[in-house]
This record gives sequence, C-alpha cells and structure tokens, in this order.
Amino acid sequence: MKITFPHMGNVYIAIKGVLEDLNQEVILPPRCSKRTLEIGTKYSPESICLPLKINIGNYIESIEKGADTIIIVGSNGPCRFGLYSLLEKNILMDLGYNVDVISFDPPNGNYNLLFKNIEKITGTKNMYQVLKKVNIGKKILKDMDNLMDISNKKRAHAYEKYKVDNRMNSFYQSIEYVHGSNEILNLIDNTIKDISIIEENKEKDCLKVGIIGEIYTIIEPFVNLEIEKKLGHMGVEIEKSLTPYKWVEHHWGKGRLGIGEEVRKIKEAKPYLSTLVGGHGRETVGSAVLYAKKGFDGIIHILPLNCMPEIVAQTILPTVEKDYSVPILTLIVDEMTGEAGYNTRLEAYIDLLKKRREHANDKGILYGS
Amino acid sequence: MIKGYYMGVDVGSVSTNVVLLNEKNEVIFKKYIRTQGKPIIKLQQGLKEVKDFLGNDFKIKAVGTTGSGRQLAGTILGADIIKNEITAHAVSAINFMPDVNTVLEIGGQDSKIIILKDSIVVDFAMNTVCAAGTGSFLDRQAGRLGIDIKEFGNIALKSKNPVRIAGRCAVFAESDMIHKQQLGHNEEDIIRGLCEALVRNYLNNVGKGKNIKPPVVFQGGVAANLGIKEAFERELGSEIFVPKHYDVMGAIGASILAREEVKKTKKTKFRGINIADINYKIKGFECSGCSNLCEIVEICDGSKVLARWGDKCGKWTNAMDLDDHKLA
Repeated sequence: MKITFPHMGNVYIAIKGVLEDLNQEVILPPRCSKRTLEIGTKYSPESICLPLKINIGNYIESIEKGADTIIIVGSNGPCRFGLYSLLEKNILMDLGYNVDVISFDPPNGNYNLLFKNIEKITGTKNMYQVLKKVNIGKKILKDMDNLMDISNKKRAHAYEKYKVDNRMNSFYQSIEYVHGSNEILNLIDNTIKDISIIEENKEKDCLKVGIIGEIYTIIEPFVNLEIEKKLGHMGVEIEKSLTPYKWVEHHWGKGRLGIGEEVRKIKEAKPYLSTLVGGHGRETVGSAVLYAKKGFDGIIHILPLNCMPEIVAQTILPTVEKDYSVPILTLIVDEMTGEAGYNTRLEAYIDLLKKRREHANDKGILYGS
Repeated sequence: MIKGYYMGVDVGSVSTNVVLLNEKNEVIFKKYIRTQGKPIIKLQQGLKEVKDFLGNDFKIKAVGTTGSGRQLAGTILGADIIKNEITAHAVSAINFMPDVNTVLEIGGQDSKIIILKDSIVVDFAMNTVCAAGTGSFLDRQAGRLGIDIKEFGNIALKSKNPVRIAGRCAVFAESDMIHKQQLGHNEEDIIRGLCEALVRNYLNNVGKGKNIKPPVVFQGGVAANLGIKEAFERELGSEIFVPKHYDVMGAIGASILAREEVKKTKKTKFRGINIADINYKIKGFECSGCSNLCEIVEICDGSKVLARWGDKCGKWTNAMDLDDHKLA
C-alpha cells in the first residue's frame, strides 16, 4: 500500500512521520506548483472553490509517483469541504484511476467504519500504539508551527531576509529525504537553530498584521501566493488565526473541554454572528475582533473565490473595522488571481498601515506631553 | 545656476507618463505617451524629451516610479523609490487638494477608489478581475461607434434622454448597446447611457461599502471625459474636482515620494539621463529547477545583469548582489 494525501500547509510532514513510524510507505505529493493547479483546474468543476482544484492536482501528481491509496479527512460543517472526499473520489474514478480513497470522518458518525479505516491505514489493530503515534504527530505539528513563527518573525527583522528564505527552502527539500518522526523532529530543531543565528535588527518596531480566513487558504503558501514571505520582506510581522496545530488542539484537545483560543473566538464573534455558518466563517469574525483587541496594526482576510462561510464573514468585517478602527483588507484567491494586482494591493495596504502609525505617533508628540 | 528637478515616471498598461517637478512641487514638464506594449522604448523616448526640454544645465535630484511597470522602470532608471499606484495617486491628490476625502481614479485597465482622512489613506479598493469599469471599455465602445474618444464626453453632454444600458460586464454592455442602437435610439443618448453605466458599475463594485465624502477628486485618463464627470456628480450629489494634470497624477505622486526619500538618503540613485541611449536587453527564460516553471525576467545593460525577478524560490533573484536586491 502506497499512501498519499493532499497538501494542506505543513500537515503532510506530521502524517508522513506518523505513517513512517508505523512502517507504512508514504508517497508525498510534489509541493504545490503551477502544474498542480493546471491539472486540478482541468479536471475539477469550474466553479468549485480553489482547495478542491489543488487537491485533485495533488492526487494525480502523487498517483504518477506510484501512490495507490489516498487519505483525506471529512467534515461535519455545512461547507462544501464535507463533500470533498465523495466528489474527489468520483472525479478520480471518472478519470479511470484505480485508487482507494479513504476518508476519516470525525467520530460522530459510524465508529466501526472509522476504526476499520484507521486499521487499514495504520496496519495495526493496536489502538494504543496508534494513539501514541498520533501524539507524536501532534508534536510535529506544534514544532512546525513554532518553526513557521520563528522564520516569519526573523524574516521581518533580519538584515538579509533572503537567507531565511534559503534556509526554509532547503528545509522543505530535505523533508522528502528524511524518514520517521525522529529524523523529522531533528530536522526541525536544526532548522530553528540555523535560522536563529541569522543577524537581525532587534530594535526595529515592525508592523503587526493578523491573517484570518478560511484555514486552507491561510496555511497553504502556494494558494495564498506566499503572503507570509511577501509581508516578511516588507518588514511586517504576522500571526495566523488558524494553523494545523491550533486546529488539532481545538478538535482533539482543549477545545473538547470548552476552553482555548477557538472557543474564545466564538465568544468574540457573538455580537456580530451568533450562529455557525459553516467552515470557519464564525471563527474568522472572532479572530478579527481578537486581533483588533490585541492592538494589531492591521488584519488581512483571505478566502477562496465563492467560499460561502467566508463571504458571510466578509460582509460582517466592515462593521468590526469600524467598531475597533482597525483596517481590514480582503483578498480573494482563485486560479485567475493575477500576482501583480495582488502585490499592488498588499503594498498599498502596508503603506496605509505605516502612515497610520506615523500619524498616531505624531499626534502623541503633539498632544501627549 | 544649475536647476534641480524631481522626476516621476508612471508606466501603466495604456500610457507611460513622465513629469518633472520643481522645488515647489509644480509641474514644469509633462509627457503622456501611449505604452503600446513597449514600456522600455517608450520610457526611453520620454527621457529623450526630458533631455531636449532641459538642455544642459540641470540636475535630476530624485526619481520615483509607479504603475504596473514600476519595477521595470525603477530598475532601468535607478529609481530612489518604487511605489504602488494607490499610494502614488493618494499623495498627488493630497498635493492638489490637501483636505481631499475621496479620490476616484480611473485608468486604462484599473480603477481605484481611495478614502482619506486628515491626509492619510484610511481605505482603498481596486477593481477585481475585469476592466469593465475602465478606460479600455470606453475606448472599445467609442471605436465601435466610430467616434473619437476625445469627443465622447462632449457628445454625452448633449443628451436629454439617456438610455439605460446594462453595464456590469463589458460584453453584456456591448450587446445591450447594440440592441439599443437597433431600436433606434440617438447616438448621444446611447453615449450618455454608457457613461452612466460605467459610473454605476464603478460605484457598485469598486466603491461598494465605501464612505464617499466630499471633497471628491477625480483623476486618471478617464477624468478628461466630461460625460463621466457629470454622471459622477449626479450620482454622488456633490461637486467633483478634476486636477489640471489629471492624466499624470500617478507620476506626480511618484516624484513627490522620491523627493521625500532623497531627503532621508541624501543621495539619488538615478543612473543619469543618458540611459535614454543605452540598448537594454530583456531576456526571459523558464527556470526548470522545479515544477513551478517560473518565468524569470532578466534585464541587462550590455553584458551586465541589472536585475532579475519572477522566481518563487529566490534562486535567481538571490543570486544577485545584495545592493541590487529589488523585490517585486
């Protein structure tokens, strides 16, 4: 059995580690590229949201590399993602690919089927063993989040910003050649050490921007046209409202106990949106309020074209913008997105934030003392 | 005495504009050239005219570029600042009218709205995807009707019974316009209908949800069109101000920003007016390092590579000397 899965930010690193520890063969889909998108666009319904197109591209590229089993998670929320596994399976079948598509639905449906699927993929009946490995997977996700945070912060402050890019590029290249969770964790540690020694301007007071929106678009760099890198090069520190580890923590950790950041987001969103609208619509509104309260300079909202939950959030955000007087920029991504226009908007937005800050400081001098 | 000037260049999809400002931020020279897909040649043509205009005793104290070709122009010129169009347009609108609250800017391919408060940009929006509400749309319809685009606005003003034309999309507008022609409507009524369709489209898409407060400044090539100006005034119910140099406002903004930049750095990076005579070569190639197959652009002056861009991973951009680092 040669297992593959779609790209979703850094999640693939954790899945690779866990499955390799369980002695399963993993075929990593090539990193998302123009080719992935081209294949995906060719075989997906025209008006479906961008993540599905990328997924299809990932699968076909992995099948070309020899994969015969695809795993994907399901979803309960009223968002199209819940139907992805079915739709994707049908698309692949129509194209004549003979692959096994296994979807893990969150455990409030058929438990028997879920356990059977887990058994099939992990190759063991020993659930204790599996849980132990899942914990290691969580650690990988946590460390990856940490690495991303460190590299993003460093990029904003570093004198030679491209050194951070080079180090991250070689990290992603090496990840394909290491095996098992131990080697992966070591590689992450070494990369963090390498990045930490890059020289930086510690005194620089960088702008801080929160990135909110639908989880896939904000964590998959190819889809959001590498917004982290772009903002880092403009000297902006960023924080993302959703990351793979935050997601896991909410669904398999603190969130189950009714505490943690995600729960707080729902609370903050309440005055604006008190009900579930599917996907991460409600969390998006909540995150905007949270970042505004934390005093971020700006908030960038990214969504894939025609994503319903995010469109609901988008129409609410101008009210948050007014209430907290924090500028919010919305960027919509699709395969039609032109990078030049995207860059112009980002640049202009960062100019706006800079001017705002200068203005606020001027006023402070004038009226403060 | 040698006079010092500040140069601003706006390389857009439709036009390439060059302006010179004096110490008082007054325009002493402006040139509006059609880009016609040849930005480098047209830019060099503009520089030659600057040279002819100024003679020998002059100094360019700072250079700024803007527009969709800002990166390219900035590299060739050795610009002190390379700025996006939104900031450049806002800066020049403030220079024209310090208490401006709204800037409407309609160019060839882009239309923008900029909201300001106390001379600070607080919000902006740009048209998405298509060019239905821009100058290209009007150009195309003028061509179809066989009218000179310069006459377009004046004809619209003659209309007494404007025709309502569906303006959401350029293709739909065109078929609706043909239909109205077949019904026998007057030319001036149809033209005014087109102007109103464009304004409606602009306010519904670009200006949606924005707090449009007077005073309103209208700039960009389309501001020459009196029909559009009047349609905006009717729709917004307030006076619209069109600056004298409405067509080169981006370039003016770029030169003001460059002047401020040089105040900080004390020295311009301008490569000299003689670059008008250099034969620049652009090499484009596809990098086969990974499946992204990025199209790398390399701009050379003789055998010297001035800049490279286009790669996602930074392999080519980062291979340049650090001083030459230019980020897209």
